[in-house]
Amino acid sequence: MPGAESARLFIRLENVSKTFPGVNALTNINFDVRGGEIHGLIGENGAGKSTLIKVLAGVHKPDPGAVIEIDGERVDSLTPTESMRRGIMVIYQDFSLFPTLTVKENIAFSEQIERKRRLVNWKEVEEVSKRALSILGVDIDLNARLNTLSTARQQLVAIARALVYDSKLLVMDEPTSALSSGEVENLFRIMRDLRSRGMGIIFISHKLDELFSIVDRMTVLRDGMYIGTRNAGETDVNEIITMMVGREIKQEHMGGTNIGEIVLEVQDISKRGNFSNVTFNLRRGEILGITGLVGAGRTETVRALFGLNPPDSGTILLEGKPIAPKSPAEAQALGIAYVPESRQTEGLVMQQDAESNITLSILKTFQKNMLIQFPERSKRSVELMQQLNVKPAYPFMQAAKFSGGNQQKIVVAKWLATKPKVLIVDEPTNGVDVGAKTEIHQLLRQLADEGMAVIMVSSELPEILSISDRVLVMRRGRINGEFEAKGLTQERIMERAVLDTRRKEAGA
Amino acid sequence: MKEHFKRNMHQYRLLALLGILLIVMGFLVPGKFLTVRNFRNMGFQMAEFGILAIGMSAVIMTGGINLSIVNSAMLASIISSFVMRAMYDGGNGMAELPCIAIGIVVTFAVALLCGLFNGFFVAYIGVIPILVTLGSQTVFDGVALNITRGSSVSGFPKLFQQIGMGTFLGIPYTMLVYLVVILVAYLLIERSYWGISIYMVGGNEKATRFSGINTRKTLMGVYVFSAMMAAVAGILMTSRYNSARADYGSSYTMQAIAATVLGGTSITGGSGHVLGTVIAVAIIQVVSSGFNILKINRNFTDIAIGLILIGMLAIKHFVDKEKMLARK
Repeated sequence: MPGAESARLFIRLENVSKTFPGVNALTNINFDVRGGEIHGLIGENGAGKSTLIKVLAGVHKPDPGAVIEIDGERVDSLTPTESMRRGIMVIYQDFSLFPTLTVKENIAFSEQIERKRRLVNWKEVEEVSKRALSILGVDIDLNARLNTLSTARQQLVAIARALVYDSKLLVMDEPTSALSSGEVENLFRIMRDLRSRGMGIIFISHKLDELFSIVDRMTVLRDGMYIGTRNAGETDVNEIITMMVGREIKQEHMGGTNIGEIVLEVQDISKRGNFSNVTFNLRRGEILGITGLVGAGRTETVRALFGLNPPDSGTILLEGKPIAPKSPAEAQALGIAYVPESRQTEGLVMQQDAESNITLSILKTFQKNMLIQFPERSKRSVELMQQLNVKPAYPFMQAAKFSGGNQQKIVVAKWLATKPKVLIVDEPTNGVDVGAKTEIHQLLRQLADEGMAVIMVSSELPEILSISDRVLVMRRGRINGEFEAKGLTQERIMERAVLDTRRKEAGA
Repeated sequence: MKEHFKRNMHQYRLLALLGILLIVMGFLVPGKFLTVRNFRNMGFQMAEFGILAIGMSAVIMTGGINLSIVNSAMLASIISSFVMRAMYDGGNGMAELPCIAIGIVVTFAVALLCGLFNGFFVAYIGVIPILVTLGSQTVFDGVALNITRGSSVSGFPKLFQQIGMGTFLGIPYTMLVYLVVILVAYLLIERSYWGISIYMVGGNEKATRFSGINTRKTLMGVYVFSAMMAAVAGILMTSRYNSARADYGSSYTMQAIAATVLGGTSITGGSGHVLGTVIAVAIIQVVSSGFNILKINRNFTDIAIGLILIGMLAIKHFVDKEKMLARK
């Protein structure tokens, strides 16, 4: 914590509440950030983090009685422009950049507009952008169109834009959720650098190990209430989790109790540019974890089983019979289910209600005399929602209005309804809060113990270690290691994820 | 019950607006507007427009659009007109009824081909609907103009006119056809497997496909359905005008889109109701008939309909936004 104690407060919130009609989104929040500090903001989905950020950004006006002090000066009414003028810059999850404009336009345009320039001074735009990127120590083509860049680089552009504004407080909403581990390291390097330049950073993340590796202090919110602030050096993961959920959650290995015969045999399947020579078995009652770095071909491999990405060569046997699904519909008919990585774009029809989503995979079964029997459909969807403890269990509520964890449960419910033989889940707890995460883990374990065969693709090693029976590690489209999960460590997995074992063996 | 009311709020608002318009028109032109005769006249005109609007709505619910709907109706009508005229041969050929039956079958067959054409490019090749149907609009129109040289085709059996002009117990046949179409469309779109998949595809095609639904079939079905609606409307129009011509009904394309959106269907897909479109069609019809009786310039009718459209959508937007805020 370089100089964290001596640094002065940049922003102080006292007694901030925000009520929407019928909802207390925030209740009496006290919160402060110092210059030159990275401050973690933590809480389950719906805890009030987003609302608090929007108060800082001037988007939401807090209820009367709130005190906001920026740089020691009391601010009575914070508007979005006022907030930016005083040096607060929020980088939302979608970055709020312009995908079809170039890098330099994205970095420098809004600042030019802010200064009421009538004509664009291209030389200045170029200089300003170049300077901002050099502070970050990254090399990005100023004339590249934004949408040709990777997510990680787009994020750097968003940070560069904040530098142009001479921001004193940077708010980053889950900046690491779409990054690979190398990219996360780079981002952290930049964050530390900005901290040493005296900038305050609010860092929001669900990944506690990441938080502990970078923040100086962290503040926990729960149900819109302030729970507490801790110095990173004086607390631990267990205390923070307890603060977040209000109860203790134990993390231990949950092995299978009922592992049976082989259900699925994947023999030497390859697809150009995706995966090569992948071979593995899957047993009834087993959870097979597949991990590796982002881009290692995990998702592509499991999608091949679901008919989305048929392999060029190799054989897939389901209960001893060869199968070659060419579409999700065919895979579903064979008894294979797939919960995709991105529930927003692939898992759910967000604007439709929970009921339509949950019953989508079995819609045909409600058909009688050509017509869908809605009462039966409602009954079934309520049953499924209760079975998976979806909260609230309102079948008519829009999917978009559920929290991340409950949305994920809806997607899982949709597939359980088909009573699959093989359930494939891809990053099942991505962006899901701690409580729902545990529930999803227990559910997967329970399904396996009841006789389902489960494949779980995940980048989160603690998750892989806690509920898998066996673990496959992929690297560059190949299986680079297979382990029994019991007694396995994160270090051994990482080794296989980043090192080529074949070369190592050949060299030894 | 409360849920039902909440979900169909927009339709009740439309219904209220329709009621108000009827009362206002009744006062403005006493003894002329609220008459059996005027309602019968509106019934004749509303059917063909309403049927086209329903065909348009189904496509828009998937997030697409069908700019060629009226052109496929006219192309099908023109080809069937040629067939009917040749077979009837001014009374020297085939008997009236079988001749008309064949004409109707030909109309549906040609429209089916038009629908398959659009559906193939949208569902199987993946071209954006607005581009496909903009292209096919020109293609269908071009073919129709070429085979007619721009003139009208007539010379049908006398009986054929009865479809568009006749009445049963004082109710126009066209109105009866319209009612049957509304019922069938309601059952297909809002109660069937295919219909539910329309809404899901309109909301998120990928997630729907990932849930084991054959979304290509859904999309193909929508363009075929739309073409079938065009065929029915084409038959009514040809019979009412007693002829077919490439440019008949050309103003219906944009009006059908307007009625769909006024009826509460989102232009980006995923929502909407058959009855919403039907009420919107009635509103447009009442305004245009009323203004017609009041002898107000036709151009003012367009202005009024445009303003109603924007006004209702603004109300819907604000109410939806309130609801979103309340739940957040």
